Amino acid sequence: MIGLLVRRNIIFILMSLEVMLNAAGLAFVVAGSRWGAPDGQIVFIFILAMAAAEVSVGLALTLQIYQRFKTLDADAASEMRG
Amino acid sequence: MDALFYISAAVAIIATFIMVTRMNAVHALLYLVVSLLAVALVFYSLGAPFVAVLEVIIYAGAIMVLFVFVVMMLNLGKRTILQERQWQQPGMWVGPAILAAILIGEVVTIITRGETRMSGAAVVGPRAVSLSLFGPYLIGVELASMLLLAGLVGAYHLGRRTRETREKEDVIRTDAARSASGGDLVRAGNDRAAGSS
Repeated sequence: MIGLLVRRNIIFILMSLEVMLNAAGLAFVVAGSRWGAPDGQIVFIFILAMAAAEVSVGLALTLQIYQRFKTLDADAASEMRG
Repeated sequence: MDALFYISAAVAIIATFIMVTRMNAVHALLYLVVSLLAVALVFYSLGAPFVAVLEVIIYAGAIMVLFVFVVMMLNLGKRTILQERQWQQPGMWVGPAILAAILIGEVVTIITRGETRMSGAAVVGPRAVSLSLFGPYLIGVELASMLLLAGLVGAYHLGRRTRETREKEDVIRTDAARSASGGDLVRAGNDRAAGSS
């Protein structure tokens, strides 16, 4: 989570996101193992599918941002000011 | 055998911590792969072998390959050569290699000893997972397939080159063909020589 908050490089943000999703899946699997139920592993499989879809879209966005701004700084893509 | 679980958990924590604090993307990727493999061993020692295999194949195999490809595509130019020379120094891969060697030792222990589960962890095999996945959770499987399809289409759409860059590349290619043909505009871009009709 610290990696997600502190880093400004989009690649590192995506990697930290993977670690966080993995940690959530680990918690599910541990809970499923504690009660001997397969539900935790099933939720982990869903998290896995979600992570695969998320990372493919995120990396495509990263390539597009690099082509457009010539940098990987997350602050560069702040044209849509809130 | 609890030691297996604790060792792989320690490896996972160390590798993840180093990965978060790295500055170089490729070094961070190496540590991230080691961390995912360690988590897979944790899953195995917790009695979830199916998920451990999925973790190795999909996370450490497929998703990390995506990251490696994008890092490769983004590192262009002369700077890369200097970086490459730096990466060849042995100090860079010693850390991940040591952690991975610990994990390999654990795998060898598992293979030679046979059943080395965590004490008190119930083994939930692939059969129970599959029966539950395609029974009560069938709608979730369908939703996951729709999500993956959306991810596929979205990644294809976003990964395309923009029209501007494509036009620029076409102009460069046309100019190159024109200069190669020696001013013969009729046969510019054509592979045939000027004399042979």
